[in-house]
Amino acid sequence: MKLPWFNKKRKEYPDFWNTYVDKFNKHPKEAIQNTRFVALDTETTGFNIKEDRILSIGAVSFTNKVIQVNKSLELYLRQAIFKPETVKIHGLMKHSDLEKISELEAIKIFLDYIKDAVLIAHHANFDRNMINEMLLRHNLGSLKNTFIDTGSLYNKSKHIIYQNHLNHYTLDDLCRELNVPKVDRHTATGDALITAFVFLKILARLDKKKELKWDYLLKS
Amino acid sequence: MKNSIAERVCDFLISYPPFDKLNENDLLEIAKEVNIMYLEKGDIVFSKDDTYHNYFYIVRNGAVSLYHRTNDNKMNMVSINDAGDIFGVRPLIIEENYKLTAVANEESIVYGIPIEIFKSVTNNNVKVYKYLITSFASNAYDPYTAEENEKIFIDYLPNQSNDIVFFQTANYTKRPITCTSKTTSQEAAVKMSKHKIGCIIVVNNKKQPVGIITNSDLKNRIATGLFPINTPVANIMTSPVITDRKDITVAQGQLQMIKHSIGHLCITKDGTVNSKLIGVLTHHDILVDLGNNPAFILKEIKRAKRTKTLRSARQKTNSLLKSYLDQNIPLSHILKLVSKINDAVTVRVIELSIDKMPSPPPVKFSWLAIGSQGRNEQLLFTDQDNALVFEDVTEDKYEETQNYFLELSRLITKSLNKIGFEYCEADMMASNPEWCKSLSKWKRQFTDWILNPNEKAILLSSIFFDYSRIYGDKNHEDKLTETIYKTLGNTSLFYSFLGKDALKSPSPLGFFKQFLVEQNGEQKNLFNIKKRALMPLIDAARLLTLSKQIKGVNNTAERYEKLAELEPANKELFESCSYAFKALLKFKTKQGLMHNDSGKFIKLESLSKEEKLKLRRCFKPINEVQESIKLRFSLTNFM
Repeated sequence: MKLPWFNKKRKEYPDFWNTYVDKFNKHPKEAIQNTRFVALDTETTGFNIKEDRILSIGAVSFTNKVIQVNKSLELYLRQAIFKPETVKIHGLMKHSDLEKISELEAIKIFLDYIKDAVLIAHHANFDRNMINEMLLRHNLGSLKNTFIDTGSLYNKSKHIIYQNHLNHYTLDDLCRELNVPKVDRHTATGDALITAFVFLKILARLDKKKELKWDYLLKS
Repeated sequence: MKNSIAERVCDFLISYPPFDKLNENDLLEIAKEVNIMYLEKGDIVFSKDDTYHNYFYIVRNGAVSLYHRTNDNKMNMVSINDAGDIFGVRPLIIEENYKLTAVANEESIVYGIPIEIFKSVTNNNVKVYKYLITSFASNAYDPYTAEENEKIFIDYLPNQSNDIVFFQTANYTKRPITCTSKTTSQEAAVKMSKHKIGCIIVVNNKKQPVGIITNSDLKNRIATGLFPINTPVANIMTSPVITDRKDITVAQGQLQMIKHSIGHLCITKDGTVNSKLIGVLTHHDILVDLGNNPAFILKEIKRAKRTKTLRSARQKTNSLLKSYLDQNIPLSHILKLVSKINDAVTVRVIELSIDKMPSPPPVKFSWLAIGSQGRNEQLLFTDQDNALVFEDVTEDKYEETQNYFLELSRLITKSLNKIGFEYCEADMMASNPEWCKSLSKWKRQFTDWILNPNEKAILLSSIFFDYSRIYGDKNHEDKLTETIYKTLGNTSLFYSFLGKDALKSPSPLGFFKQFLVEQNGEQKNLFNIKKRALMPLIDAARLLTLSKQIKGVNNTAERYEKLAELEPANKELFESCSYAFKALLKFKTKQGLMHNDSGKFIKLESLSKEEKLKLRRCFKPINEVQESIKLRFSLTNFM
């Protein structure tokens, strides 16, 4: 017997989306050491989720503290929307020699790259919302991946007396406090690599405190 | 696809050997395949007996220690690898299991370099492999000293620079001095001494070399009475001569000389005795090319006819300096040697400049080095600080005389600058009318500084009181010193000012024993070793020497030694100051050589833990001598 609400016609998704979603259908969580993490960052035309567009996505993946340079991702997107005032932050100009691709192509490559990895980003909500909005524009669903925000994770990792939910850590703050070399700040890949280091350093701290457990990482 | 991370990896690798020997495209190929590893303290990269990895490693940040595990399972540290050091090279050379264990000494980032790609890119690059093998050998076969890691560079770098020279074409002497076989021995000897040379070539009417006369021929055959002094050179010359082509390398030249046990090779047009002589390659030329003998450098300076020659001689001093520091030759000896060379260069520059002037100097003058050169503490190229004193002349002649010496000083400072001594930013040079004046004006100047001390006067005193004569009349220097000490006897205010100045940079360590680094400007976060550690010691030594009326000791280390002699009660303090000063100066010099600058600013992160500790130990006497000055000159109320 079929219940009526199951009869509602399932939305037709393209194959690449289904392949992506299928990766989430199995297995309990791996041990942290064996988990594939992807640290990512986006450069955008601004901070408005609806109006602004992603210009570049950078990501690095790592398992057990080893980042493979040839497995990094660096995408530049062709966008109709362009805001000259943000160029000074990310340095991406409308017309440059960079090889640019369309949003849809970028989505395909991106989803194939992240797979079911745990995603790490600094102020992760922003990146997640920007990407989800982009997916929505192409009639796709939202990202299924688990997200970890380095900003709030850092706050949690601090001693209780220094913890403050009002604390707002910029990536530069974290670099300073955790002694991460700032190279290529404000390029998507550069920030992604910095975020990866920040994450690994926080994990090292947690490990010392014997707090390195999934529920600790994921609870907000 | 663009890979920015690979580019940044590339940026890092390119400044360290062996990667600095690769071209950028090849390096980018390697960088793309690098693994970036994050290590916590204690994380193991590989252990002894592990199967070899497909990577070798270079430290990006932090430090990785290599341990040798003995049979009784003890771990002996072989080396600490800091940023830029490579390790785990064994699989690149032989496919064998690891013999050492690599452990992160602190939180570190390490790049894993894929061996397969590295090999394919560097295929036949001899230099790269030579470096790797040296590095491998120094870690693998002499693994029991903690300082081993530094030796990689000691073994390698001097050899490398020698190697390059070795295969260069030798710089032979062009247009050699010649005579004919009919010339008498006396005439030949006169010619040789006139040109300050050790040999003369005997040529026939076609200008082809037929024989050679050297100093030893004159000694053995004429001075012994074997031949009369007017005998034709044909009787005493060594013949035939050994000849070679003009593209002979330093190595070939040396080989030929050893083979025939001779000290001179004749360079001819086609390399045989039957063609025209074009030059002479002497053993001295070869040693000068190899640049490892101070006596030859000094000779080269004394004979130099052009600023360019002086420059190359002074440049050689730097490689000499490097190898001396590496060989741990006592710094006091190195200081003496380098200042001797610097002085010789200055003297030669002055001589050459006088020749360029339209007329000889109208009156006697002397050239004073001030500041660090005056203290004989100038190891690397630093700013030139100098002054000129000329004999008193009558009022009506003064301007004319001063103008002559100003013009001369301009020529001198220009040449010195060309050689590598930068112009003084504060214009404390003899080409400035303020610092080029007659003896009585100088006396008045010093008296004024001493009797009317103010901030500016003290600043200038701290530079001008460390003078030493490089060229000219000793009388001027003596009279100046006499005046200074006489005036000093009449004042105590000057000491208070100097004392205050000596205390202006407090301990180089801040709260929590952190190094105090520069707060702003281009040098932000760098440690200024000159300002924070050397200057306080130099200033204190000058003040104490002046107050004790010690004359003629300018060098800071020697000043402290002299003080220790005069004040047995404070012997320990002064001796530790002398030691600390030498250690700090050596440190600065090594840094300077490494980074090809004055070594003044030190990047703390580039130092190993051990070096930091060493530095810290040197800071203790600084505090102590400053405290002592505070008490001695009752400065507590003055400040």
